[in-house]
Amino acid sequence: MERAELLEQATVAKQAQKRIRLHCCTSTGCQASQSLDVKKQLDAAIKTHNLGDTVEAVGVGCMGFCGQGPMVEIEDADSPAEKKHYQKVTPEQAESIIGSLNGSGEAEAIQGDPNHPFFSRQLLIVREHSGRIDPERIDEYLAVGGYQALHHAIYEMTPAEVVQEITQSGLRGRGGAGYPTGLKWATVAKMPPGQKYIICNADEGDPGAFMDRSVLESDPHRILEGMAIAGYAVGATQGYIYVRAEYPLAITRLQKAIQQAKRKHCLGAQIFDSPVDFTIEIRVGAGAFVCGEETALISSVEGGRGNPRPRPPYPAVSGLHGCPTLINNVETLGNISPIIRNGAEWFAGIGTERSKGTKIFSLTGKIRNNGLIEVPMGITLRQIVEEMGGGVPGGNSVKAIQTGGPSGGCIPDRELDTPVDYDSLRELGSMMGSGGMVVMDDDTSMVQVAQFYMEFCRGETCGKCIPCRAGTVQMYQLLTKLLDEKATKRDLDKLKELCGMVQATSLCGLGQTAPNPVLSTLHYFEQEYLELLQPDPITLAANSRG
Amino acid sequence: MSVVTLKINDIDVAAEAGKTVLDAAREAGIRIPTLCHLDGVSDVGACRLCLIEIKGIPKLLPACVTEVAEGMDVTTHTPQLDEYRRMTVEMLFSEGNHVCAVCVANENCELQDVAIEVGMDHSRFTYRFPERGVDISHPQFGIDHNRCILCTRCVRVCDEIEGAHVWDVAGRGAAAKVITGLNQPWGDVDACTACGKCVDACPTGSIFRKGSTASELDRDRGKLEFLVKAREENQWTR
Ligand code: SF4
Ligand code: SF4
Ligand code: FES
Repeated sequence: MERAELLEQATVAKQAQKRIRLHCCTSTGCQASQSLDVKKQLDAAIKTHNLGDTVEAVGVGCMGFCGQGPMVEIEDADSPAEKKHYQKVTPEQAESIIGSLNGSGEAEAIQGDPNHPFFSRQLLIVREHSGRIDPERIDEYLAVGGYQALHHAIYEMTPAEVVQEITQSGLRGRGGAGYPTGLKWATVAKMPPGQKYIICNADEGDPGAFMDRSVLESDPHRILEGMAIAGYAVGATQGYIYVRAEYPLAITRLQKAIQQAKRKHCLGAQIFDSPVDFTIEIRVGAGAFVCGEETALISSVEGGRGNPRPRPPYPAVSGLHGCPTLINNVETLGNISPIIRNGAEWFAGIGTERSKGTKIFSLTGKIRNNGLIEVPMGITLRQIVEEMGGGVPGGNSVKAIQTGGPSGGCIPDRELDTPVDYDSLRELGSMMGSGGMVVMDDDTSMVQVAQFYMEFCRGETCGKCIPCRAGTVQMYQLLTKLLDEKATKRDLDKLKELCGMVQATSLCGLGQTAPNPVLSTLHYFEQEYLELLQPDPITLAANSRG
Repeated sequence: MSVVTLKINDIDVAAEAGKTVLDAAREAGIRIPTLCHLDGVSDVGACRLCLIEIKGIPKLLPACVTEVAEGMDVTTHTPQLDEYRRMTVEMLFSEGNHVCAVCVANENCELQDVAIEVGMDHSRFTYRFPERGVDISHPQFGIDHNRCILCTRCVRVCDEIEGAHVWDVAGRGAAAKVITGLNQPWGDVDACTACGKCVDACPTGSIFRKGSTASELDRDRGKLEFLVKAREENQWTR
């Protein structure tokens, strides 16, 4: 297919859109609060008001402000800068919202402020179309320039150039550790030609995290396009999306997207009539935190038990069915087409020296504005929590921020001015992780927080290696003993020792990082641990004898 | 065959390329404790007892799955490694019910041997006294889950040498356990050929032959290795 033909399709799709579009969120969060009904009522009201020629209600993906859903946003092609948006919309309010469009009175819905820092401080790259397009229609994706990056890569660039572009962009893996994406691609690309695989890791499992789900539900084609570009770059013709069964909406939308993309020759055999083939299949996982670990994920895709195995060999060398395999997280792949579209330099210009681009966080916990945010790297935690999040409700103040989920740690309020990037967070004993961000106020017991995460790891360890399987249980017991005010100094010492041992000797990342929430709370809030300690009976006895 | 030279505990060692550090060390007479390793079947790196230090690599690596490389500088014993090993064994003892005095494998048990080797004489961890059950539905053998350390040696011998794949692991975390068939009683599993290889493979008293009393248990581990060698290299004499 010629480039002109693709552009033509995009223009046709664009022209088919009505002047006024009401974006109505139909992602999991808003669906749970009746957004499908809202959409239905909007459609009905458009009909009764005879506005069908100029107005349409579009079921779109997540707009980010999930705590205030269902969200409805009005976009007028004649004045695109002036957006209006309504929060907590009920089906009954649909009528008045449509009525307000031709000036017959004000809408009876809570109007939000699109210029609130929650929105204005964001920089959307991965989520650029999220909440703007209907994820179930490929035309909508084409209308915003979808699949043009793939076309460009296939026809205008060599695979090596694509890898080079990703390397130069400075993109790092968004799944957790921040490994340079370009380097990973280059390693797989360098393996001798033959069967290779691309896997999209959508096994999001951190408590409080829903970034990947949202991206898949809101803009599935972007991930398919990213995977196809990756396939072309490293010489793989088969891709798998490993997504957990708890994400049924994401799975349905992905399935639809794959079918539509195949029909338009954006995927499958001979993409755009070129010699390039790339097929994508979905693999639904039963939902185990450990399956986020690359080798466990591979074993699960193969149909086996999701157990990690020692690395090396790394998946890039020997992965799925023993073949070189590139595994990237959803958000990482979501960055690919914009990088190809706008160039490595553009991307490298965003963020900090060693962390480029943006990062999506799910901001939750004791905070006024809950939701999904995409911010440029380098923004400070304070800006996120206080300006965007609106601080802690109810007059309390921030005590700590937990980032990185069970593998991460707690950052105390005195470090709030830390810029958000891979290295700064790691220096503080936490990590970027996949992007959960939980705000805690001064009522929170940090020992309880540590216990919560340990309970999670204790339940999610695969049980293959002893330090993680038995160590997390022992650590959990010690934390419980502390909280029951039955522990002595010895128990605390034992806990510390265990942290070191589990970290150093566990087989995979789950075990190696499981002690992090304990270590970081011990580091910053040791006093809280000490306050729970009881006198040691042996010392007591000795003293009373002496 | 190409050969690499490396240092293990400051001793120069020559080893066949492709061999593991564990093989090389054993050949050189250096002992590294192991539990999940079993000659003749694949390695999984699960018990973590064979962890070693390699100069230039910040992480501890399991000797059983780490290949030798030219110029490698390996240390198998440091106070830290010894301590970690002891803790590992302590944790194993506290997670099951290892009451040696009433076990068929008493004095014939690798877990016991390893405990002695790493100097573990008591456990600092809380005993958990789990309820794990015993399955004696098989006419010849039995499994006492209380003594299982989840080394998966039974799983691997049955799959890789006998080709029956009767055993597997189910559940996760503390609830992980070895199962037979699709979690059926062992006696109901048609795939079991009653070859007894899992009995030979088990390092503890978990899988046992019915009718043997304490210290009578006899395991022929050499048989497993012999079988593999026989099939792969056509060497049929022991
Ligand atoms: S560290 Fe935990 S999750 Fe990873 S292999 Fe060991 S037991 Fe399994
Ligand atoms: S039954 Fe024996 S061989 Fe099987 S996993 Fe348990 S301890 Fe290992
Ligand atoms: S023998 Fe190497 S990890 Fe068990």
